[in-house]
Amino acid sequence: MDDLLSDFLTETNESLAEADLALVKLEQEPQDAPTLSLIFRLVHTIKGTCGFLGLPRLERVAHAAENVLGRVRDGVLPVTPDLVTAILSSLDRIKLIVAGLASNGVEPDGSDADLILNLEAVSEGKTQQAPATSVATQPPAPPPTAPPHTAPPHTAPKPTSQEETPSVPAEAPPEPPPPPPAIEIPPAAEAQAPEQALAGQTIRVGVDVIENLMTLVSELVLTRNQLLQQARSQENSGFTGPLQRLSHITSDLQEGVMKTRMQPIGNAWNKLPRIVRDLARELGKKIELTMLGAETELDRQVLELIKDPLTHMVRNSGDHGLETTAERRAVGKPETGRITLNAFHEGGHIVIEIADDGRGLPIDRIKSKVLSKGLATEADLAAMSDEAIQRFIFRAGFSTAAAVTAVSGRGVGMDVVKTNIERIGGTIELKSRPGEGTVFTIKIPLTLAIVSALIVQAGAERFAIPQISVVELVRAREAGLAAANDDRETVTSVVERINGTPVLRLRDRLLPLVSLDDLLRLREPAHQHTSTAALAAGNTKADGTLTIIVAKVGASHVGLIVDRVFDTEEIVVKPVAPVLRHISMFSGNTILGDGSVIMILDPSGIARASGIAGASDGRHGGPATPTTLTGEAHTDKTAMLLFRVGASDIKAVPLGLVARLENIAQDRVETAAGLPVTQYRGRLMRLVPMSGHLDTTKPHQAVLVFTDSNTGIGGDRRMGLIVEEIVDVVEDTMNIELSGRREGVLGTAIIAGRATDVIDTSFWLTQAQPDWFDKPADVADGGSHRARLLVVEDSDFFRQMIVPVLQAAGYEVIGVSDAARALALRDNGQMFQAVISDIEMPGMDGLGFVRAIRAQGAWSNLPVIALSGRVSERDIDRGREAGFTDYVGKFSQEALLASLRQCLAQGVTQGGAHPPYPEAPSLRMVA
Amino acid sequence: MHAHATMSAISAHEAAPRQEEVFVTLSVADQLCGIPVLAVRDVLGPQAITRIPLAPREVAGSLNLRGRIVTAIDLRCRLCLPPAPAETAQMSIVAEQAGELYALLVDQVSEVLSLPLRQFEANPPTLPQEWARFSTGVYRLQGRLMAVLDVGHLLALSTEPA
Repeated sequence: MDDLLSDFLTETNESLAEADLALVKLEQEPQDAPTLSLIFRLVHTIKGTCGFLGLPRLERVAHAAENVLGRVRDGVLPVTPDLVTAILSSLDRIKLIVAGLASNGVEPDGSDADLILNLEAVSEGKTQQAPATSVATQPPAPPPTAPPHTAPPHTAPKPTSQEETPSVPAEAPPEPPPPPPAIEIPPAAEAQAPEQALAGQTIRVGVDVIENLMTLVSELVLTRNQLLQQARSQENSGFTGPLQRLSHITSDLQEGVMKTRMQPIGNAWNKLPRIVRDLARELGKKIELTMLGAETELDRQVLELIKDPLTHMVRNSGDHGLETTAERRAVGKPETGRITLNAFHEGGHIVIEIADDGRGLPIDRIKSKVLSKGLATEADLAAMSDEAIQRFIFRAGFSTAAAVTAVSGRGVGMDVVKTNIERIGGTIELKSRPGEGTVFTIKIPLTLAIVSALIVQAGAERFAIPQISVVELVRAREAGLAAANDDRETVTSVVERINGTPVLRLRDRLLPLVSLDDLLRLREPAHQHTSTAALAAGNTKADGTLTIIVAKVGASHVGLIVDRVFDTEEIVVKPVAPVLRHISMFSGNTILGDGSVIMILDPSGIARASGIAGASDGRHGGPATPTTLTGEAHTDKTAMLLFRVGASDIKAVPLGLVARLENIAQDRVETAAGLPVTQYRGRLMRLVPMSGHLDTTKPHQAVLVFTDSNTGIGGDRRMGLIVEEIVDVVEDTMNIELSGRREGVLGTAIIAGRATDVIDTSFWLTQAQPDWFDKPADVADGGSHRARLLVVEDSDFFRQMIVPVLQAAGYEVIGVSDAARALALRDNGQMFQAVISDIEMPGMDGLGFVRAIRAQGAWSNLPVIALSGRVSERDIDRGREAGFTDYVGKFSQEALLASLRQCLAQGVTQGGAHPPYPEAPSLRMVA
Repeated sequence: MHAHATMSAISAHEAAPRQEEVFVTLSVADQLCGIPVLAVRDVLGPQAITRIPLAPREVAGSLNLRGRIVTAIDLRCRLCLPPAPAETAQMSIVAEQAGELYALLVDQVSEVLSLPLRQFEANPPTLPQEWARFSTGVYRLQGRLMAVLDVGHLLALSTEPA
């Protein structure tokens, strides 16, 4: 049996066992998304591998099961016992086939049509009871011809008696046809001899034995070092000679024990040439695979864990990265595409590069995918670098492949790769240039057992922080503190406070800060409770500086305030005692070179404990939306921009309403007619200081730019709201309490745990331009036809947001809070040109509402636009089925306006029940 | 009533062929205690102990025993006694529980005693609750009583944070 196949069998058997367990767990906890996605990935992996090994029968079964799971993952199907039974029966079938494969080296004959039909029925939501047990009795349809795998000729040992007969089946079949193969498999499986022959002179040793050896050797090294130190101070002792020998032997021993765990990375690569070859044939491309640094050694455990991600990535490079031969010829590249793997050591890490010279990542396709998946808004994307946009391919559920194929395109690709690599403390980066190719760079630790760590001190204790999560060390000073040191060049970062919570502004990014003292309660009890006020005061040095470790937590960063930074040290990570496992701030403990025990900090645990995990995602790497595996956007979460006005007043505005964030230099702020303005994109923009007066002493002004359209036609109005400082973007559930009229404030909401004023944008817009919401004078038809819109939205907050936006665009808008009220308007004979409705509403929801509109009455032909936080394809389909004309994400004001224009324009051409209206009532005309 | 309790205790032990049991004796806040010698893995002098923030109150920290990390449990704290005076150089008794090593910090470790089982008695009913929880009984020695500590119980810490 070839290596590839036997590896596959081992892996699949493990996966199957795991999937079995997970399925049973899922049945008990149907809402358990991680379990579901685990099962999905396991089945996906099996399917994928089968495809490459040329195991069509297995692939078909796995594909059908994956389809069902995919629909469960998308939330289309509920997890029912029947469904679980169907999946389990497909797993059983896979096991059966795998067993046959193990004994014969080829897939056993048999039909899975019944099983697949059943799965398809389940997948379509029919609760067909077709019991899995009927499967075996089904007569196999195909005659006993050789199994239909021809293309990949793996050198399987040519089989047993059963296979020899069918090789000439066209002739008269003298013997009775063999019994149904499906039944015949089990005995074969039982008879399966453990043919995992012992290759070479190796023995299997439990990892714990080696771990133990490692511990002892480390301790031996320590003792040796101590001895050597003492011997140095004693001259002429008779120990010198033997001690030298002991020392050498110890070193050799250490190296030897380390070696037991190391393997060349080539071992993980040896399947790749074959995979690439098959891939090239399948895709009709010419691919050359170059492998450099195959002898680079790394820990076996790490090797195992990166094997699959590597395979996947090489496959991706061949499939998506490289162009077809014709395309390459057309752009003048050599016909043969090149994939290069390169591994080398770099500072305690192994770096693996996977490079192709293909077309590069298609930014535009990624963008449109991001928008359609609702992973980010257009405004987010506009603010992102190309690299940040490319990194979206690492997000769960993301895949640019248009069709679901057997090879890829289900969106479990790169996110799995990233998860697997991060699980072992690695990182993955990508560089892509259009037309030139893509390079993925994976950086992984040499071994999981030994990590490089930064030793720091907080309070009286020392701690280790894994070097891989340390981004940089920063010295900062407290705002307002140590003003005398202002001219010091070395300390440029300033710690500022928002409601007493310290943040660090580091190269114009806000970094949440956590004081280890406080978090770990290292100060004396007497000081503990005054901490918020005096935070970090204890860490401040005499010269007013603070030492901050910028640590990476997922995609975001957090700053840890420490007292002192020592050195980096290689440490052996050991798990903490059970009685300490509940403390999430520690990922383990270790013994330092001087023999003392030290706790290892877990930055992500720290971020979680201080409630800042992922909060600042929007600043780098990607938008704040933590996409769940089901691919659904959070319905009621809104990205809010937090900013500061005055000394400590934090206010918020929905990010979707802000067109851009700018930092405008003071010398670019001019005065026109006594009011501050600036030249912005070739035109004057009025600036409104939110605090009421303009602080001209600041070198830069933080400005939120509002425009009333981004259509690019040019007639848009702009206004810049000057705030003290932009604080953060947070994603939070919005429960706004409308205030009694306070000027410029819509109400108060709890955002990121604090009561925060949400500003009334319409008020501030009119401050800039009192006629902002007036219809521009030269609107078509002298303004005789203003399209009248109805907005149905249960949240006062959203209604208050949307109505001004629409009014600003020149529409006449009526807002109501539920479907019943809206229908009452209809029954009273009110007429509109379009209806905009929320989906999630108490009472009748948006879908019910649109059905009611379509069912009868004067509105039945009106364009109805759905406005919702959920914009997955499934939601959109559902919306359209129910009768919505269009489906727009909440807070995507451009999309809403564009959709309105389109709907109203269509209304004209259709000449429906409503009178014609000029499209885009105001904005187009201004242009 | 006392006699009855004694009788049952003795009869329980009579099943065992041995007539004696061996204890490592120790003192904590001037109380003499004993731990069955078979439960003791190591006896350590004063050690450098690393404090563990946010750990349960009874956890004094962790220490390095020949390359293994051992969780130190403060016996005084466990028995609800006042903390040891600052100058006490506490010793520890290392015991194993479920594959993990723990060091019990005590004021002083003294000799190893082999005691006849007939001197074993149940806890006096007036023993404070904190002691009764961790003591399986007492031995009458010349002039003083030795409480037998139940190591398993002592090491079964809840993970409630301090």
